[in-house]
Amino acid sequence: MNGTLQQDVNQETFTLNLGPQHPATHGVLRVKLVMDGEYIVEAEPVLGYIHRMHEKMGENRTWAKFLPNCGRMDYLSALSYNHGYVAAVERAAKIEVPERAEYIRVITVELNRISSHLLWFGAFVLDLGGFTPLLYAFDDREFILDLLESVTGSRLTYCYFRFGGVYNDIDDAFIAGTREFIKKQRKRMPMYDALVTKNIILIKRLKEIGPISKDMARRYGATGPVARGSGINYDVRKHEPYSVYPELDFDIPVYEEGDSMARYMVRMDEIEQSMRIIEQALDKLPEGEIKPKKAVKMVKPEKGDYYHAVEAARGSFGVRLVSDGKNQAYRLKLRSPTYSNLSLYGEATKGMLLPDALALMGSLDLVIPEIDR
Amino acid sequence: MLLAKIKEALQSLYEDIGDAAEIPAAADAVAAAATAAAPEAETLPEEATPEGEESKEEEVEETAAADAPAAAPPGPKETDYAAKGYHLDVELKPEKIPAAADILYRENFFIESITGVDWIDEQQLEAVYDFNHFDELCRVVIRTRTDRNNPEVPTISHIYQGANWHERETHDFFGIKFSGHPNLEPLLLPEDADFHPLLKDFKA
Amino acid sequence: MPEWLRVILFIIFVLSFAGLNAAYLVWCERKGAGHIQRRIGPKEVGPFGLLQPLADGAKLMSKQLFLPKGVDPILFMVAPLMVMVPAIMSFCVIPFSETFVAREINLGLLMIFAFASVNVLGLLLGSWGSANKYALIAGARCVSQNVAYEIPMLITTITMVMVTNTMNLNEIVRSQAGWFIHWHIFRLDMSLLMPVSFLIFFVCSLAETNRAPFDMAEAESELIAGAYTEYPGMGFGVFFMGEYANIVIGCALTAILFLGGWQAPIPLNFGGFLGVLWGMSWFFLKLYALIFTVIWIRWTYPRTQFYELLNLSWKVLIPISLFNLILTALQIKIFPWL
Repeated sequence: MNGTLQQDVNQETFTLNLGPQHPATHGVLRVKLVMDGEYIVEAEPVLGYIHRMHEKMGENRTWAKFLPNCGRMDYLSALSYNHGYVAAVERAAKIEVPERAEYIRVITVELNRISSHLLWFGAFVLDLGGFTPLLYAFDDREFILDLLESVTGSRLTYCYFRFGGVYNDIDDAFIAGTREFIKKQRKRMPMYDALVTKNIILIKRLKEIGPISKDMARRYGATGPVARGSGINYDVRKHEPYSVYPELDFDIPVYEEGDSMARYMVRMDEIEQSMRIIEQALDKLPEGEIKPKKAVKMVKPEKGDYYHAVEAARGSFGVRLVSDGKNQAYRLKLRSPTYSNLSLYGEATKGMLLPDALALMGSLDLVIPEIDR
Repeated sequence: MLLAKIKEALQSLYEDIGDAAEIPAAADAVAAAATAAAPEAETLPEEATPEGEESKEEEVEETAAADAPAAAPPGPKETDYAAKGYHLDVELKPEKIPAAADILYRENFFIESITGVDWIDEQQLEAVYDFNHFDELCRVVIRTRTDRNNPEVPTISHIYQGANWHERETHDFFGIKFSGHPNLEPLLLPEDADFHPLLKDFKA
Repeated sequence: MPEWLRVILFIIFVLSFAGLNAAYLVWCERKGAGHIQRRIGPKEVGPFGLLQPLADGAKLMSKQLFLPKGVDPILFMVAPLMVMVPAIMSFCVIPFSETFVAREINLGLLMIFAFASVNVLGLLLGSWGSANKYALIAGARCVSQNVAYEIPMLITTITMVMVTNTMNLNEIVRSQAGWFIHWHIFRLDMSLLMPVSFLIFFVCSLAETNRAPFDMAEAESELIAGAYTEYPGMGFGVFFMGEYANIVIGCALTAILFLGGWQAPIPLNFGGFLGVLWGMSWFFLKLYALIFTVIWIRWTYPRTQFYELLNLSWKVLIPISLFNLILTALQIKIFPWL
């Protein structure tokens, strides 16, 4: 069926279908493995089980009507997708965004990033056979979901950003709740450290497992925590500043090792950095409008193509718009970070043991609807 | 700095165009761009129509706006980053794509994505390659146009392994054949899919 | 009491104990996991969810016994029984109290180990008969794991037999009479490394019963459900009961060998029926404390990598237990007055 996977009947290998219904793939991803005992000879991910052709939908509806679709690709950090799309359209249609709206965007996106990392943390340890951290992480994440629900109106598939602003202003209760969450979360992180990060079994399972070299990350276009775990200091928020990120002080955690542990540490450190960003943004939050004074009614970008990238929880999410001057896209390309991150899986898992390969897969932080789009 | 360097390196791809004579000397930017874009020797009827010409004109004006000179020679065009979101816009013939990818590879660029655009009015398919750099902000867009009825572009998956999936995706959606690709089978679409949903004349 | 009545009563007791224990250990495990994870656990069926095991059992039993395509029907059906039956058999020699034991035989310890080895055969046959690649991987893992951990476990047992001079489980318990410092785990005068022996034995019994962090046979995030992948309804249920029965056997042995079995921590003994109750309550207290530890470990730690598991046995546990054996032998022969 697939040309690259050819099985020699005389050799002692067998094909193992990992998925599409497998607990470790977190969705409907299938990986065709050619195994020699428990060693992987070849791994080929098979995608598309929940492919919905969002890009075609983008061509069939007006700019504004595509907004809800953004929440349905990366359902764990939907606000980053919101942000990427509205920022691209704003760039194309030259829409100004009030500063307060930009701050609100940053605050909510970073909250969403924390919730995404927390869920990843739980699910990753679950992949490694540890059940309990998942529940703790969900407990923390619940707090964020409640906060975001109070301001966006939804808990998971957000559609909160509008061209030129946001849908709803944040109130004092939200600000107080966010500060309380940060306070609480700062107390929780040392517990995770003691329970999980310093656990000898976890360290043995992640250290020097699933190395991804700098060069491999570059050839496959890996971004986000995967690249940063391989010693690449690349974060769109710093590298290609957008929104109000230049005005905020935060660090980009980078680990040189390139193993699963490095990717794990990057994400755990990013939770703290996101909390720093939120605190500063709350301090600096200016008064003012959250939407342009003149309401944006009909978006008609000029002809041409435009690109805008944002840092989603999983890496660089890019939107390429081709406009022909009408009120809907001529072409809308969504560059999903995990699509590129997963593409290195075949090369990275060569000769690896099955449980290690699953640890590597977990450390890539896959969200299948985002890969399949 | 990187931008200037890469621009100069990519410029070399234009110099050895054998059929330089085909590029009209007199031309304004519009014609030059249009001819460079079109597959050589094939004069498509649509290209002559006023509409096609017009849409082209505006687009080129748009991209050239930041660069100012009206009669730019064929070559990489610097664009206004704030307005467009990328720095360098390079339009090449399909057969030059691997060479361009090689140049970028040696300058430590990474591949962001590959996609297509269906210019049905001009009967052309455009393949768009996005490259970016980890250390310095420099987004390079490489684009090439090919005949819509027989779209073929050489693969770059031997240079950038990550291009493998992007090319398969583009083949799924547009039917662009990436010649030399090791495994050009449907990736996101079902494995027996023989349709290309992002073509403008695709009807579900 | 005539011998035949005693045996019949004991069969009833052992079967009901094994069944109920498995069912309620699942409940305990779910409640325990719930509290560890800051949630409530089962609470809907009956008070505190106490009838949940019955509901689970009814569900499992009412499920169709479905034979997937390509399985070997005999192996597939026999395998769960091969896990369950030896585990129940082992209960026959476990002294729940001084007089409450089905058969006090001189080779009780040997008999338990003989039956425990059948367990892995059941898992292997089940995984082979399932005609499933995940199950097969799990079966292969299971065999190498059991082989690896049986060695340090047996060496440690030999150490214990050397210091107690008997394989009769009840005799072993009797030799720990008196204050709790007479329990073997505290008897450094018998063998200097007694606490280490205890640790090795406990870790090995975790591994032998395929419990986390050594649950390679199930490994649900890697191998779906490992050896049990293809099993429907009660086939899976019997495996499960067998697994819990094995945990009880493992913990009971640990309690008997090291923690004084049915001996109270103070030198106080009663005769007659009260004595039976007194001994049983201490035995069950120790047993369930150990089982709770097993549950606690499961819900705290991630799973080990398979080669780490084997390394632990071959490179750490076996050398230490061998060293322990030699040291104990020296201690017995050279310093017999200790």
